[in-house]
Amino acid sequence: MSQQPAQPALAVTTGHQRPAVARRATALHGRRRAHRPPVRRTAGRVLEIILLSAFAILVVAPIYWALVTSLRTPAQSFTNPPAWIPAHPMWSNYSAVFHSVPFWDFLVNSLLVTGFIVIGQMVTCCLAGYAFARLKFRGREPLFWAVLATMMVPIQATIIPVFLLIKNLGLVNTRTGLILPVIGTAFGTFLMRQYFLQMPRELGEAATVDGATQWQVFHRVYARLAGPPLATLGVLAFAAYWNEFFRPLIFLSAPSKFTLPLGLVTLQGYLGTGSVSVVLAGVILSLIPTLIVFLFAQRRLVEGLTFGSVKG
Amino acid sequence: MALAIRRPKVPAGLQRRRETRFAWLLILPTVLFVGVFTAAPIVGSFVLSFFNYSVIAPAHWVGLANYQALLHDSNARAAFGVTFLLTAGIVIAEVVVGLALAVAVQRRMNWARPIFRSAFFVPLLVSGASISIVMSYIFDPQFGVLNYYLHLLGLPQVPWLNSTWGAIATVMIVVTWQQLGFTFIVFSAALGAVPKELIEAARTDGAGGWRIFRKITVPMISPSILFTVTVGVIGTLQLFDQPYVLTHGGPGNATQTVVLDMYQQAFQNLRFGYASSISVILFIVVLIATYLQFRISRKWVFYS
Repeated sequence: MSQQPAQPALAVTTGHQRPAVARRATALHGRRRAHRPPVRRTAGRVLEIILLSAFAILVVAPIYWALVTSLRTPAQSFTNPPAWIPAHPMWSNYSAVFHSVPFWDFLVNSLLVTGFIVIGQMVTCCLAGYAFARLKFRGREPLFWAVLATMMVPIQATIIPVFLLIKNLGLVNTRTGLILPVIGTAFGTFLMRQYFLQMPRELGEAATVDGATQWQVFHRVYARLAGPPLATLGVLAFAAYWNEFFRPLIFLSAPSKFTLPLGLVTLQGYLGTGSVSVVLAGVILSLIPTLIVFLFAQRRLVEGLTFGSVKG
Repeated sequence: MALAIRRPKVPAGLQRRRETRFAWLLILPTVLFVGVFTAAPIVGSFVLSFFNYSVIAPAHWVGLANYQALLHDSNARAAFGVTFLLTAGIVIAEVVVGLALAVAVQRRMNWARPIFRSAFFVPLLVSGASISIVMSYIFDPQFGVLNYYLHLLGLPQVPWLNSTWGAIATVMIVVTWQQLGFTFIVFSAALGAVPKELIEAARTDGAGGWRIFRKITVPMISPSILFTVTVGVIGTLQLFDQPYVLTHGGPGNATQTVVLDMYQQAFQNLRFGYASSISVILFIVVLIATYLQFRISRKWVFYS
């Protein structure tokens, strides 16, 4: 995030296209225009910025509306116009969420489920990704492609047998039942494999010459270098499972086991329109962890989401 | 080369066997989990689709009866219809708007780029279910903010959630709104990789902005267009969270997507066999859609 905007900016200031630079500078800083650029272009550019800003505001508006409405009194919460600037923020809505519903349970369940899935995926994908990238063994290629092929399988195509399996294992209505089925992932394995493939072979060879065992080569050399892709994988898995709704809806029936999205949707159902602000307070609270991840790991997130787009 | 170095220490055969054993140890968790919870269940879905099974009573073989029933099930047909409609609308919207935004932000707003990127990106991070709660209030036909402002602007109020087309439009808008951040960052990355010399050269030759966009930018980023369309189609065919929370498939079955239908058949009506046949058909549709896109893409996607 810090590098991305800096580079083009540099290209502009040192660029070869003098007139373009001059025009850009006047448009941005509102200095007196040079003689050449026509008024229409500047006006067009300003219009473009205004339109873009308006659109950006429109995109953020629903979340902002949820925030300000979560700070109104429950009685007012559904009246228009909305209080875009909260004059008397009702922070008590936030404590009401914790008091009136098993919100702590939802939060703890979400943290546990997401946490174990993230760690589990990081471990299994790191191991398998390394093996598929760096070790030679019979059946490697067919096995890798078989794992990769499961990436094409939509979760809905497997949910019924998985549910029956979980049920037979006695794991319905448990956090384990949510965690176990998604510990192994084709996408993560593929991602880790691609990164391990890029790492120089010589590192492992040097360690082997020095007498390192296979485990040591993996653990002490390659796994230590796998931080960035593991972070990418972890952040993606976090975003996916923190927000997951479909499987919890099917696997869980006791509110004490609900994860946040399921808990909030259920909450909306039985609180009705009477306490919109309390429900919204819960929604806003559930957003905070993802926003923190976004703030600190935006680059990893972008990297993970665009992974695959380069290869086409 | 590695073997040549190692050979003096350990015989090659033993080395190879050790490596195989070690490799299997490392891939075991993934192969096991993926095998048990993805590969086997896909077979399970196929098998189950030939049975009638309600958990309570033992399963019994019905052959192709589930598929025959599916063929005549007007509810299921409507579900496939609306799912295709939603998929087409959402994918076109998110690709076109995402590309337009990426181009606009890319062009000359280095200083504002992180701000816009964050704005478009945040909806992507929000749970589709949780944000649909918020959206169900905003789009509420009677009390919602959206109709309130439409009214202030002198525009007609839209029966967002309680009419067929209103509900379809609402689901489309909400999902597009969420996915926009994804297409936006993919296109932003792709646009950043288009060689500037190419565009400068075209400009020197007198090509206008739109012509450059059509003839240079679009071909150069065509792999990303294929990528966003493919991911978008696969994702939207499985649409569930937003319609479930926003409309519960209604009004009537106006926004009853295939997965919503499958969910109700399986987990509310306990028709697991029948629901499996729906999921099998959906799986096949996803495969065909993906295959077709790659097939057609050979004609227009440009790999440099």
